[in-house]
Amino acid sequence: MAKGERKAGAVPPSGGGADAPAGGFVQLLTPDGEHLGSVTTADGTTYSVDFTDEEYRGLYRDLVTVRRLDAEATALQRQGELGLWASLLGQEAAQVGSGRALRPQDMAFPTYREHGVLYCRGIDPIMPFGLFRGVDQGGWDANEHKFNSYTIVIGSQTLHATGYAMGVTMDGKTGSPDGEAVIAYFGDGATSQGEVNESFVWSGVFNAPIVFFCQNNQYAISEPLERQTRIPLYNRAAGYGFPGIRIDGNDVLASYAVTRAALDNARNGQGPTLIEAYTYRMGAHTSSDDPTRYRIASEVESWKAKDPIARVKAFLAKQKLADDDFFGEVDEAAKQLALDLRERVLAMPDPQPVTMFDHVYPSGSPELDEQRAAFTEYHASFEGSGH
Amino acid sequence: MAEKITLGKALNHGLRRALENDPKVVIMGEDVGKLGGVFRITDGLQKDFGEDRVIDTPLAEAGIVGTAVGLAIRGYRPVCEIQFDGFVFPAYNQIVAQVAKMFYRSKGKVRVPMVIRIPFGGGIGAVEHHSESPEAYFAHTPGLKVVTCSNPADAYTMIQQAIASDDPVVFFEPKRRYWEKGEVDLDAPLSGAYPLHAARVVRSGTDATLLAYGPMVRVALDAAAAAAEDGRNLEVIDLRTLSPMDHPAIFESVKRTGRAVVVHEAPGNLGLGAELAARITEECFYSLEAPVLRVTGYDIPYPAARVEEDYLPDLDRLLDAVDRSFGW
Repeated sequence: MAKGERKAGAVPPSGGGADAPAGGFVQLLTPDGEHLGSVTTADGTTYSVDFTDEEYRGLYRDLVTVRRLDAEATALQRQGELGLWASLLGQEAAQVGSGRALRPQDMAFPTYREHGVLYCRGIDPIMPFGLFRGVDQGGWDANEHKFNSYTIVIGSQTLHATGYAMGVTMDGKTGSPDGEAVIAYFGDGATSQGEVNESFVWSGVFNAPIVFFCQNNQYAISEPLERQTRIPLYNRAAGYGFPGIRIDGNDVLASYAVTRAALDNARNGQGPTLIEAYTYRMGAHTSSDDPTRYRIASEVESWKAKDPIARVKAFLAKQKLADDDFFGEVDEAAKQLALDLRERVLAMPDPQPVTMFDHVYPSGSPELDEQRAAFTEYHASFEGSGH
Repeated sequence: MAEKITLGKALNHGLRRALENDPKVVIMGEDVGKLGGVFRITDGLQKDFGEDRVIDTPLAEAGIVGTAVGLAIRGYRPVCEIQFDGFVFPAYNQIVAQVAKMFYRSKGKVRVPMVIRIPFGGGIGAVEHHSESPEAYFAHTPGLKVVTCSNPADAYTMIQQAIASDDPVVFFEPKRRYWEKGEVDLDAPLSGAYPLHAARVVRSGTDATLLAYGPMVRVALDAAAAAAEDGRNLEVIDLRTLSPMDHPAIFESVKRTGRAVVVHEAPGNLGLGAELAARITEECFYSLEAPVLRVTGYDIPYPAARVEEDYLPDLDRLLDAVDRSFGW
């Protein structure tokens, strides 16, 4: 094979132990907290991580923090402070592992559940709360943080990511280890969408520097994976001419190692990769649905045993990389961050109604200017009249 | 120097100039490269600007528009070609749910300066999906600017203005006028051009106002010429901008003439004519001598080509409406 050329097609995973799905997946850290060191897939690629003790502890801190923030959000929703919340509970490892694998120059295109990736991008975690509280539509600067707006229509963002990645190539920012790469997040349900398939077609044809990161959390609201596909999702990549690989989505180390390798391949000019992070959404799709109507308790229990945080904690304890003081301190810090966030969310003011007219068109609109003026005048007419 | 060229060629020149002036401009679509587009609007551009500037894409409209969004976020100015009006709907989600809202969603922090070119309208004997007028769907969506040209000079400047604008613009091209010729000053600076988002009086008159856009402007001008023989002095306004619409120009004319007739190819029900009639009634009620009348396509799917001449508004239907307006 010529330099830079990659074998197209699905990469058979490495196995992954008794808890793996049929066909296996890449796993570096077992549910018992055993660090496997490195794994080699059938195509000869070896995946490993080489973290310092402090970095291992940092990953644990990230996982605990995003779970705590998510729990706070769920509580705020139940108390009526958020209109809706899309919980990431159970998907922390997929998000933190892939999010920490990104370099500053890489661009991420999330769906609406990537609060953990958002956190890893260094964005103030309060940002998505505006969207779910209903005070704005998000509103962070995608280019400043290299993290695009949340996208709610399923799968649409994969095309944006692909186009952005084409732009990276056009800018000459690929073909070197310091190049740029793009990552697109989506769920198992999104793989049924035409637009996701179009993004696979485009990325393959244009050899775009992109990683498709599918968090297969087993359910699209109530529809199980069997309603989306007859084959493992990572196998789809073969049909588009690029590698697909399945990882243990509850293993932060596998998530990190495989994403980092795929991003490096992309930035080196070797084109796209599809990663299927095999995971489980422990909570509801959003706070509006009731998962007990569509899945059985024993299934949820079996996934609890694969918890992405417990295994890192077990590993740290076994290896004596952390003690109870550390775990206590992490919990306390996460709690404080969550409480600060709660305070700030409660203090989040409703927007001035007239601002709803802002930012419709970059170059403005005389019609909207008139409507804004009429709106202002109408509301001003109530002043002093007891309204 | 002014040249007499077709509307299609004028668009080609306009695109060429945009590519020359801004390295961030890219053209993308099905068949836009080697073939030069099915109407040859992009003829020769890939040869001169390369495959990275004039990009032949896979055959999928959502993909064309969706990847253009990503390119625009990256700092490019994509110009998408949708091959025919009836083919835009696979891209409809991207246009109305993403392109139109990216700026609003991000509180003004993310711009997607892109143009979506759509040849539209009938009258060329085409098969199903090749003759439709879907402009109202897009004009109904806040965040999109929707414009259309009716003559070569406007085609040349408006396509450049649309590309230079930071607004996402849906640019409707009147396909049956692609081959009509007119004077175009290819050297005129864009800075001095007539504003993109302004209607234009293309024939001054005093007795009634005909409101038209795109392919129907020619029909309206012909009707005004015919009416002049009957002693009626009709004003014709080329709307040019469909959203936001240039209402002040329209109201000024109708208040002066007292009568308004709107003409478009799209079905009348809930179309742009309905909106115009409502707005004119609200604003010009005491100046009106007659109700605002509409001459439109019928409320049916675009019919088979052998009967499209009966579907499309023509000179006679327009003159009949003018008669009804004066008979009030």
